[in-house]
Amino acid sequence: MNSTFLLNIFRFVILLALQIVLFNNINFLGFVNPFPYILFIILYPVNGNRAGLLAASFLLGLAMDMFLNSGGVHATACLVLAFFRPSIFKFAFGISYEYQTVKIADKFSPERFSFILIAVLLHHMVLYLLEIFRFNFFWEILWRTLLSTTFTLLLCFIIIYLIKPSKR
Amino acid sequence: MQQIINFIFKNSIRLLFLLLLITSLTLTIQSHSYHRSQFVSSANDVTGGVYQRINNVKEYFHLRTQNDELAKENAYLKQLLYNKPDTVIASTELIPRGYEDIKVIQSKVIKNSFNVPENYLTLNSGSKDGIKPDMGVVNSLGIVGIVEKTSKNFATVQSILNVKSQINAKIKKSNHFGSLIWNAKNVGYAQLIDVPRLASVRKGDTIVTGGRSVIFPENIPIGKIDKIFIDKATNYYTINIRLFNDMTNLGHVYVIENVKRKEIIKLEEETKPDE
Repeated sequence: MNSTFLLNIFRFVILLALQIVLFNNINFLGFVNPFPYILFIILYPVNGNRAGLLAASFLLGLAMDMFLNSGGVHATACLVLAFFRPSIFKFAFGISYEYQTVKIADKFSPERFSFILIAVLLHHMVLYLLEIFRFNFFWEILWRTLLSTTFTLLLCFIIIYLIKPSKR
Repeated sequence: MQQIINFIFKNSIRLLFLLLLITSLTLTIQSHSYHRSQFVSSANDVTGGVYQRINNVKEYFHLRTQNDELAKENAYLKQLLYNKPDTVIASTELIPRGYEDIKVIQSKVIKNSFNVPENYLTLNSGSKDGIKPDMGVVNSLGIVGIVEKTSKNFATVQSILNVKSQINAKIKKSNHFGSLIWNAKNVGYAQLIDVPRLASVRKGDTIVTGGRSVIFPENIPIGKIDKIFIDKATNYYTINIRLFNDMTNLGHVYVIENVKRKEIIKLEEETKPDE
């Protein structure tokens, strides 16, 4: 039991609780809710256990589904994000990812921004695609994804930069 | 054999991903396709308990509107009571024996949802209080939804704001039937489809539940006609209905049990093969 493991469990619980108690009740414009709980997947250590990440994200999504009565929508979206995380890393950070020196929650930089943007976008796209599940709502899906992504992104950055400096 | 083990070992991450993906996709597709097939629902002790706690706090913000609503309903019921022909009859004897078709259970919404195409509510009473799947849920303003799943202490309700929901409804004035659906666009409006063209409909007409449903009693208010569209392909009306109920602010609700529902369904099933 090292501290990263405990920190991750702590993050898992806190983000899930915040999501359910607070962020699911925002309903901006009646239907837009941010999903900053995926910060758990984004902030997971770069060189951490991949199987662990997959299992944890699946459980995180499943817990969300239980609370929201949404079948397996969140579980799928989280799982897809967790699986493609290394590819997004490679895309966003290029060669420095190979040396495992990336820290996501650090000073603001275009690489970090693009990483979080792509991660959030991917998660939300899968989420709304599965949630709506009907092709005649195509524009609805795009519109919701776009609005929610902006909202989530904003909150992710606020959370990261509010909390991180105190820990160092 | 060695190669197979090697393969599994090398691709363990990918295989784990696929396994979990299949599980979650199955859950997703099941929740979309079938009626009442959710393994994952908020009618269990953990999620229900959490929502109960949250609601204990949130309740205070809506106390005023909820109180107004209940007081209004009380006044209406009192009016009925005082206007009955013989005020001496005690209320327990109002309904003759053998005619108690409808049972009403009081309950409270502890989790409301209206921002996705498939919305579910959670109630704070379950099978312990006599709630069973496929009971109707209404409040003083009108229809709310149908019970989908129950646990010991909680129940989930398929809201009328759910694209899967389809409820028999009629135009109060002319008794023409249609189906009440929701097109996932606006939380204040639902749609009535399959109303025959020869029905006379006008803006402002009241829509109530129809008698063909075994879940809801007849004449529970739903809403008022807001806009009428003529479906060119099918010769039916599609009617936009402004709901009486504010689905974004639900508190106390009543769960309605049709005692004879089982009898009706059984009879209908026995009749069907001979059709």
